[in-house]
Amino acid sequence: MKWLDQIWVQNLCLLAGYGLLARLVVWGLRSERWQTAWKHLRRDKLGLVSLCVIGLYLVVGTLESIVLPSASGSVTLLQRLTAGIPQEKSYSAPLATTALSVADPKPLLGRHVLGTDALGRDTLVQTLRATRSALWIGGLTSLIYIPLGVLLGLMAGYYRRWVDDAVQYVYSTVAAVPEILMLVAILMVLGKGLGSMAIALGITGWVGMARLIRGETLRQVERPYIAAAKALGQSDWRILTRHLLPNVMHLVLIKFVLGFSGLVLAEAVLSYLGVGAPVGTASWGTMIDASRSELSREPLVWWNLTASSCALFLMVLALNLFGDSLQRAFDPKRGA
Amino acid sequence: MALLEVQNLKTHFPVRSSVLRRHVDDIKAVDDVSFTIEPGTTVGLVGESGSGKSTIGRTLLKLTAATAGKVLYEGKDILPLSESEFRPLRRQMQMIFQDPFGSLNPRHSIGAIIGEALEIHFPALTKVDRKERVAQLLQQVGLQPEMAARYPHEFSGGQRQRIGIARALAVEPRFIVCDEPVSALDVSVQAQIVNLLQDLQEQLGLSYLFIAHDLAVVEHISNHVLVMYRGKIVESAPAEQIYADPQHEYTRKLLAAVPRFA
Repeated sequence: MKWLDQIWVQNLCLLAGYGLLARLVVWGLRSERWQTAWKHLRRDKLGLVSLCVIGLYLVVGTLESIVLPSASGSVTLLQRLTAGIPQEKSYSAPLATTALSVADPKPLLGRHVLGTDALGRDTLVQTLRATRSALWIGGLTSLIYIPLGVLLGLMAGYYRRWVDDAVQYVYSTVAAVPEILMLVAILMVLGKGLGSMAIALGITGWVGMARLIRGETLRQVERPYIAAAKALGQSDWRILTRHLLPNVMHLVLIKFVLGFSGLVLAEAVLSYLGVGAPVGTASWGTMIDASRSELSREPLVWWNLTASSCALFLMVLALNLFGDSLQRAFDPKRGA
Repeated sequence: MALLEVQNLKTHFPVRSSVLRRHVDDIKAVDDVSFTIEPGTTVGLVGESGSGKSTIGRTLLKLTAATAGKVLYEGKDILPLSESEFRPLRRQMQMIFQDPFGSLNPRHSIGAIIGEALEIHFPALTKVDRKERVAQLLQQVGLQPEMAARYPHEFSGGQRQRIGIARALAVEPRFIVCDEPVSALDVSVQAQIVNLLQDLQEQLGLSYLFIAHDLAVVEHISNHVLVMYRGKIVESAPAEQIYADPQHEYTRKLLAAVPRFA
């Protein structure tokens, strides 16, 4: 997909994405439910802090997503901003003044807060740049597998009969193929790249969501409020979206948050198999993957692993806490 | 003309073998049942758990598919109607449920629950009109209009049952299936709800199919009583007669089971 590499296409996609997000927020804030939820959320300190952390990741990810033209093709805005940090020859420890090499401890060109990696790139900058991959993989995949899984799960649980049979047949078939095999096969067809990786993970990932939602829907459908809605002559679509969806949403939220870290790590596995992120794309997965050899060498190189895992950990923690807060904010039982 | 006439109604649930899903047998939940309901009257339907009472109620509102028979609403058979053809009639036939906890969507406010009924059947109402109507309905069932902003979990069983009644009344029905509306409530609250239903019947000229497993409750509200046993109606008589002179063995058993505190 060559045209996707065009600078203006990439920037336009980003702009369109943010436009859509803004539209959704404006649309959401008009409904009463979201307004009360926001009122609750504003009083939730931990929730706000985690929201800020997520926001920070988004800002960093966005900086890395904006592409600028340069002499050597294109650079990202984050690269342009950190251009002042010199590149070393190879590994150097955090804040060291000389290279790590025991045989030839040459003085470094500058100080690096978190040291440098095998190619002499600043670890902190690499960690920040990798945010983009994580957000893309986690976000885009979730955008694919959540609607798919939720819709199919709801329909299977609500209509039952042949719809249920069909959905179960499809997801059992998908689940029967070993996941890695399926991912590699899809990526072979689509080619390397963050976008194709998200599509591949989305195609394999909806099964668990659909199963979960189907089970909960089967339980909820038996409750008399659904019979009451039918007796009032509500359309199936309204029963699905207005009655069933809000009552399974907590599961969607939990699954999304818990699945996010799994997706970021799946990227590492795929990169290791050679079908993941294209060479040169910074990602926490590849950093963690590289640390297998870094941890077995002498002197030990621990900073790449530490930086990338901490960044991943903090992102997942913030998402978890924010997910909890969101769930509490939307729960009517919390009281006004 | 009778408001509702049920002729030889059968509702069977297929029993399928576990592996091949072959149709091996039927559970005859409702087996050849006939009765009529006159406008403005209450027909009581009693029987033990599993006798098919609730299935009759659900079949009348087409929430469960009937196997055979006819249900004539104002002389028109409703069973062959498609969902879209039947929708206008849904306005006239409503249901009140046994479980006051499960019958209200926990994620919706009371105003939304009652207002939703209005949205479907009175699309011409503005938001303000709807709010006003909800307030009026809440008052009609003995609740305060301010309660519209609150959520189901904030209410007691009896209050929730009143909300369920307000939701049913919202579409201005003529016929309501009351599926054991007081079975899950405290005895003191039971009387309040039964009295409310009677008051509403007088004011609005409603007809009820009042389902209960307890003859004492049915005695109080019904004009005519049907006794159901294993999917069949074993006795059908005016309320006074059933108590004074029960004909069927099973009815006598049910009467003997009513606790007397004298």
